[in-house]
Amino acid sequence: MSRYFTQDHEWIDVDGETGTVGISDYAQSQLGDIVFVEVPEEGKSLSQGDDAAVVESVKAASDVYAPVSGTVIEGNAALADDSSLVNSDPEGEGWFFKITLSDASELDQLMDEQAYAAFVEKL
Amino acid sequence: MSINQSGWRPEMTVKGTDEAAPTFTGNKALMLEEALIFEIGSTETTGVEVAEPVTATSRLGNLARTAPIGLPGLSEPETVRHYTRLSRQNYAIDLGLFPLGSCTMKHNPRLNEKMARLPGFADVHPLQPVDTVQGALGVINELAVWLIELTGMHGVAMSPKAGAHGELCGILCIKAALEKRGEGYRKIVLVPESAHGTNPATAAFAGFQVEDIPATADGRVDTAALKARLGPDIAAVMITNPNTCGLFERDLKEISDAVHAAGGYVYCDGANFNAIVGRVRPGDLGVDAMHINLHKTFSTPHGGGGPGSGPVVLSEALAPFGPLPFTERHGDGHITLVEEETVEDRHPDSFGRMTAFHGQMGMFTRALTYILSHGADGLRQVAEDAVLNANYVLRSLEDVLDAPFGKAGPCMHEALFSDANLADGFSTLDVAKGLIDEGFHPMTVYFPLVVHGAMLVEPTETESKAALDQFIGALRSVAERAKAGDASLKSAPHFAPRARLDETLAARKPKLVWKEPAPVAQAAE
Amino acid sequence: MRYLPLTDHDRRDMLSVIGAASIDDLFVDVPEAARLDGPVHGLPNHASELSVERHMTALARQNTVAGEVPFFLGAGAYRHHVPASVDHLIQRGEFLTAYTPYQPEIAQGTLQMLFEFQTQVARLLGTDVANASMYDGSTACWEAIGMARRITKRGKAILSAGLHPHYVSVAKTMAKYTGDVLDTTSPWLVPDMDVDRLIEKIDGDTSCVVVQYPDILGRIADLKPLADACHANKALLIAVVTEPVALGAIRSPGEMDADIVVGEGQSLGVGLQFGGPYVGLFGCKEKYVRQMPGRLCGETVDADGRRGFVLTLSTREQHIRREKATSNICTNSGLCALAFSIHMTLLGEAGLRQLAATNHANAVAAAERLAKVPGVSLVNDAFFNEFTLDLGQEARPIVRALADKGVLAGVSLGRLYPGEAELANGLVVAVTETVTQEDVEALATAIEEVLA
Repeated sequence: MSRYFTQDHEWIDVDGETGTVGISDYAQSQLGDIVFVEVPEEGKSLSQGDDAAVVESVKAASDVYAPVSGTVIEGNAALADDSSLVNSDPEGEGWFFKITLSDASELDQLMDEQAYAAFVEKL
Repeated sequence: MSINQSGWRPEMTVKGTDEAAPTFTGNKALMLEEALIFEIGSTETTGVEVAEPVTATSRLGNLARTAPIGLPGLSEPETVRHYTRLSRQNYAIDLGLFPLGSCTMKHNPRLNEKMARLPGFADVHPLQPVDTVQGALGVINELAVWLIELTGMHGVAMSPKAGAHGELCGILCIKAALEKRGEGYRKIVLVPESAHGTNPATAAFAGFQVEDIPATADGRVDTAALKARLGPDIAAVMITNPNTCGLFERDLKEISDAVHAAGGYVYCDGANFNAIVGRVRPGDLGVDAMHINLHKTFSTPHGGGGPGSGPVVLSEALAPFGPLPFTERHGDGHITLVEEETVEDRHPDSFGRMTAFHGQMGMFTRALTYILSHGADGLRQVAEDAVLNANYVLRSLEDVLDAPFGKAGPCMHEALFSDANLADGFSTLDVAKGLIDEGFHPMTVYFPLVVHGAMLVEPTETESKAALDQFIGALRSVAERAKAGDASLKSAPHFAPRARLDETLAARKPKLVWKEPAPVAQAAE
Repeated sequence: MRYLPLTDHDRRDMLSVIGAASIDDLFVDVPEAARLDGPVHGLPNHASELSVERHMTALARQNTVAGEVPFFLGAGAYRHHVPASVDHLIQRGEFLTAYTPYQPEIAQGTLQMLFEFQTQVARLLGTDVANASMYDGSTACWEAIGMARRITKRGKAILSAGLHPHYVSVAKTMAKYTGDVLDTTSPWLVPDMDVDRLIEKIDGDTSCVVVQYPDILGRIADLKPLADACHANKALLIAVVTEPVALGAIRSPGEMDADIVVGEGQSLGVGLQFGGPYVGLFGCKEKYVRQMPGRLCGETVDADGRRGFVLTLSTREQHIRREKATSNICTNSGLCALAFSIHMTLLGEAGLRQLAATNHANAVAAAERLAKVPGVSLVNDAFFNEFTLDLGQEARPIVRALADKGVLAGVSLGRLYPGEAELANGLVVAVTETVTQEDVEALATAIEEVLA
């Protein structure tokens, strides 16, 4: 399994054809206390870069973009009850949705963990 | 029945001080805690006596209400006390200087209130035959005339209910005018980065795409960048003048001419008209539409968040597209209403109706009273004193607070500062909360977005020099504490009815209505 | 100038602190050509309180005051007695001259009041939650249609024939820009609301059905079958209440499973005011709260653990979402919401029910009396405090003739639906607790004389 990052601070873990998407630890630290997350419905088809989810803190609302194209398999229902998971475990329990990749070659445009760390360093 | 059967009351955990023990009530002398009406009222109590119904057979069909509603009542003395106690937990202009930038919190003359309550205005139905409401229509008509004169425009739409509604009105006029010209394909509205959030929200609602215009280093619209973007896809430019940094957009006429040459329209957000009323007419700057917040420039009360009123003045090009209804004064002085019925004859290009009835009549009465009180000379003095007061604040504090555009010249009606000089870990919010302890409402914070940690101070013209000096002294003291890293500022306010409130909790688990608390379990005997 | 505290001495001192020679130096950024040198055309100079009062009073005297004549107008704005303490309390400067409660530590008065208001409104409308108010009923109605579009992701709204024509007109204006398709029609002069017709129209593209209760002709009907039909098609039922006093006597729309209930709150506390400012009520089921427009006040705690209130869920609003906001609306109708809430607190449940009972009984008695006038018949079967008469001839000129006789008889359907011949004979008559038996007798006699 390998993890990729986008310049918009989403991460995706890819396991075969299935990807799990969330926002990075850096992103949650910038947003502050997350109060609400809206995840996409099962079956929704997304193109790379589409608005996929919404994450809200007290003073800001941000769109989360699809890091790759594909079909949503599952949204993280746990976030509806406890959006603070995005703060406490952004790159684990605080995942947003799972997606079936339609074009694995899109991953080539994303950063690996090291490249993303360097990217964040410069911000 | 008691609404609150469990008898639950909010717990008052008021801390004592070194000298004093906590009080039984949670009160601190004149700072009084007040429970909710649901905790103190009952459904049997009423403070109103209604005449017994005449005998009649019910004609409610099978719809008579049977289930309890759960509305608590209070007697008149309890009601007066409840709301009086609540009122004392509010800051207000009547208590002191209210320097909220961009909001123009000026004194609300009480003559306005008295006039709005004359039965001839307050106790008149909007659908009475027009012959029975000539005076009410006269108020609308007379105010319309003065708004047109003060802005140098051609017409005015009176019905919009508040500023954002007025913005929408102006943008819909532009949309209608473009469609009439067969140029509905113009889809882009240019909005400066520093604009209030309602501007892009309004343009997007009307189906336009919003593009940002960058600002120059001196806080104004980048005229060259704006002109370079003009073309056949541009519907309009939305500009605030004076802008949200408190600066006059010097190039507005040049911008308007360029926008018109490119086939677009100029919308001006009139939120800051108070700075120029009587001295500059937006019509002379090529503006096509501008809303006027009567609750800002023309002193109608803000009322804790409305009602507002947002008439929109229109250029000759846009006036034919304005909404219904409006008044029309005939040669003999008789005033009629142009409504749906007469629109085909009198106003065929109108984009339609935005609200039931005729707009915020109660606000029109107040605004007209204000305009007549000030007159032409007084209104000009309003703008001058508003600008003088703001510059006095700017120059009195720029040695202690960073003023990002202070070097560039005078400001208009508001002074803009930033958090650049504060100690590490201290923010604009801390300064704001520190001002609360000094007995002032804070300035506008974190707006405009183009300045980091913005603090926007608008004193208005109704403040005396003594009041300004006291405010300047207070802000200077708080700023110095923030620069020195005074940790007590981080937990301010200390003396307000409440300390900082947990907004995260409120948003994560919203409690928007009162619910009967679960009865406390009785301990087993 | 009595509202300007600075003296010329102050002005000179301040200019010297600023380092400016004259006030004109502060306006240097205004281009020469844009400066207005003389006074504004035609506007006289400042005037004393007394002289302004004379001018305004002269204008006020040109209007026929509702309280001074037999008065029967309704159709979306109702005349009720407002207790004296309401106006006293809303004129307290701490309410009147406060701003939107963005600094909650020093705005708990407004915030707690809004929390109480939201709870009162939700209970009255029968919804789970309610917001801190909208501009008025007509704009609230349109916002509800937009909200239904966002929830159902469908764009066809079916509007009842009994929806106030101004509300329909507002929705039509707005729908032009959002692309919503509105199915609308004028009402028929028949005893019943168009519930069955609406049920038949609902299909898989319908976002919502909008129904007024009581409707523009004063009719009432059970909305539960309509709600069921909506839900069977995954559409929403929006109920519009223009006379909230009615809900002291009849079942609330929420009880009948409406998803969104909006209303005009003017009846309580606000007064007629020639049409505004009024106060829009907006309630809905809890599951839709994040799609709701307008401001919301919520309960929380402060840093010391004490209960307090804040504006919340503000990420839905334009100052954060900008072009993605749920609505471009910024202001609510705070002071009118306060008037509504105080009046409701004074009434309490017992008072509201009594007030509603008196309104209904007065209206029934009036309807029966007026239906005895030769040539006049009552259209409604069921109603609350407003009903429609068929005068057997065009009502609009009769209303004007009655006004000349000093009787404000009601709202003619010719005024509301100009050019629609089938409706021209209709007169909508509202009878509240402010109407006396003598008033009804005066109206009956005057109609009889004019019809004769």
